[in-house]
Amino acid sequence: MQAERSSHPQPQPDPSAPEQAIFRHSFSADPLSVRAALHSTLARFVRQMTTDEAGALEIVLAEVFNNIVRHGYGNSGKGTITLALARDRRGLTCLVCDDGIELPERCLSGIGGDHPRPVPDTLPEGGFGWFLIRDLVEDLHYCRHDGRNELVFRLPLAPLALAQ
Amino acid sequence: MNLYAEALGGALVVYLQEERLDAAIAIRFKDRMREVTAQPSSRVVLDLSDVTFLDSSGLGAIVAVMKSLAPARQLELVGLTPTVEKVFRLTRMDTVFRIHPNVAAATSERLRDAG
Repeated sequence: MQAERSSHPQPQPDPSAPEQAIFRHSFSADPLSVRAALHSTLARFVRQMTTDEAGALEIVLAEVFNNIVRHGYGNSGKGTITLALARDRRGLTCLVCDDGIELPERCLSGIGGDHPRPVPDTLPEGGFGWFLIRDLVEDLHYCRHDGRNELVFRLPLAPLALAQ
Repeated sequence: MNLYAEALGGALVVYLQEERLDAAIAIRFKDRMREVTAQPSSRVVLDLSDVTFLDSSGLGAIVAVMKSLAPARQLELVGLTPTVEKVFRLTRMDTVFRIHPNVAAATSERLRDAG
């Protein structure tokens, strides 16, 4: 009966909404496993959102996963990524965990910091990932906990249309 | 990687017949583009109408191809599907590429003076 003392972020579904089933998925941190994970996640949620929202979900998750593969695990092809998703009235709350190296602070700092948004005219080949993530999600939080990275955010979605 | 090129209306049109241009194939895409664009033409038109998903690695690869062709040759894009278009719009990279609705529109157009 011990109360959970965890101080690290957990998905926080809207308390006014009926509890939704949580979708969980663990997969290997390599590009082809990322593809497969995106495919199964989209297949699970695509009927609960518009085509545009599904595109945003795929972009956000792809960028988060790619960052973990490339920077968290240094393209080693080793390591695991764990995803948990819960749908509520406000959107889709996402928790992504990995055991790679710590996420640098600058990834989470807002626009205008010392890591500016890439300028199109300079033809940047990278540096877009975190800007895409921050453009598309709300309530982005990161926590390092017992050698584990935990990233929580919500993809805002229009209220569930249950008519279909 | 399913990618092929043909000369059409003075342009080299490259068809990328993959559903995804992502981190899994970004490097191979750049390599294949280098091979097919060895064929001379002032304009290179990349048809993305089969591509339903592009991530920032895929976007970076397209930018790298554009830079490798410049300044003598232009890379133009055709047939952005909704999620691909969204990535170009959010990153504002839609402002640096000439984007056409389809290959016919791209190849019927005379090359304009970029200056």
